[in-house]
Amino acid sequence: MQVPAHVEYEKAASLEDALNLLVRYGPEAKILAGGHSLIPMMKLRLVQPEVLIDINGLTELCHITVTDSQLHIGALARHAQLLDSSAAGRHFAILHDAERVIADPIVRNWGTIGGSLCQADPSEDLSAAFAALKGTMVISGTGGSRTVSAREFHTGPYETVVGPAEVLTEIRVPLAHVSGSAYLKVARRAGDWPVGAAGAAVWLDGDTIADAGIGLTAVGARHFAAAEAEEYLRGRPAAADVLARAGEIAAENCRPVSDQRGPADYKRHLACELTIRVLRTALRRARENAAAGGYAA
Amino acid sequence: MRIAVTVNGTEYRREVEPRLLLIHFLRDELRLTGSHWGCDTSNCGACVVWLDGTPVKSCTVLAAMAHGREVVTVEGLANDGELDPVQRGFAQCHGLQCGFCTPGMMMTARWLLNRNPDPTPGQIREAISGQICRCTGYENIVRAIRWASDYEAGGSR
Ligand code: FES
Ligand code: FES
Repeated sequence: MQVPAHVEYEKAASLEDALNLLVRYGPEAKILAGGHSLIPMMKLRLVQPEVLIDINGLTELCHITVTDSQLHIGALARHAQLLDSSAAGRHFAILHDAERVIADPIVRNWGTIGGSLCQADPSEDLSAAFAALKGTMVISGTGGSRTVSAREFHTGPYETVVGPAEVLTEIRVPLAHVSGSAYLKVARRAGDWPVGAAGAAVWLDGDTIADAGIGLTAVGARHFAAAEAEEYLRGRPAAADVLARAGEIAAENCRPVSDQRGPADYKRHLACELTIRVLRTALRRARENAAAGGYAA
Repeated sequence: MRIAVTVNGTEYRREVEPRLLLIHFLRDELRLTGSHWGCDTSNCGACVVWLDGTPVKSCTVLAAMAHGREVVTVEGLANDGELDPVQRGFAQCHGLQCGFCTPGMMMTARWLLNRNPDPTPGQIREAISGQICRCTGYENIVRAIRWASDYEAGGSR
């Protein structure tokens, strides 16, 4: 029987309360959101916090809204909420593609988006999706809040820039600069972590790729992104040979490791092939969106 | 710590350790042993119950997190001794063999039909994709859920 070790428990009544509790208890305290990463880790004694600060009551962090310029996702929004958000899916198909293959429907009901990002597993899907979308993370502390780009959020496996007395509160994605997007994952079985996965977000201007964001996960890509391939794509025509080259560049620049999910060379192959395929789908969607009369429509 | 959780319409107040998992609270504290405890690792879905109307894996939720919330377990499916159509579907279509996965499957099935009264077999398979059955090969579970859907649509069986 796996159960967590002894732990104290505090229920935060507000964000301010949660932050004060973090200050009071110090680095041995952990924020408890959905708990779908934390509780399994506690059962295995991979983490042993002294205090859990339960933020599930903070309704102010549960929103998913689209304003004129940005998509706002509260850190406590559940995965299922994102999949159910037609506004989010309309603007960013990549987020629905990704959510459909994250864990399973029951886990998605309770697991939170902020929790997944803060867990910072090197195979996590949304980290790659938000890297592709060049999102922004809002992090709050008792002194106020600050923003960092999605690509600066992770500092290493299971590590983020969120300080011991801070909480990730929101993810923002600008609506401009993306006219089509897609996500694709290869996993060994339903609901599993990826062997490799890729996401793409493109801005198509006529037949030219004005801008592209490429996210990669589980393949050892720096900042979950393929910056060199993006650089190569910028200003080039949306043609098959260009996509093929972008895939090669993405694969050349990641550092996959062999593990029980697959050998490194296979993961590198996936990085290339999945990059090509998500770019192809993102470009097709960009054309469809343009034909329908709006970019991020 | 003291928690108050409403389970199948009844409020229970108990003194619990914060580390107590919801599945153990239900089974060991309340003796509601209908919900099963299988893999312990949020993979099998034997422990699925509703938390505020949404199915969750209760092996991965602390009892403390259910404080002030409403839980529904398989014991709460039947209405006044009358089996829920989902339960009848499982009986009619041989949707179980050993029965270990069944409570979780039925809780997800009821939730699916509440949201989507006429699901395709594909949608049913997607809905139960986080739950493992070692016996049936799933085919009869899908049929059982379809049976309940048809029954509720007024089809005579
Ligand atoms: S016991 Fe909870 S998912 Fe298996
Ligand atoms: S009936 Fe035996 S596990 Fe499903």
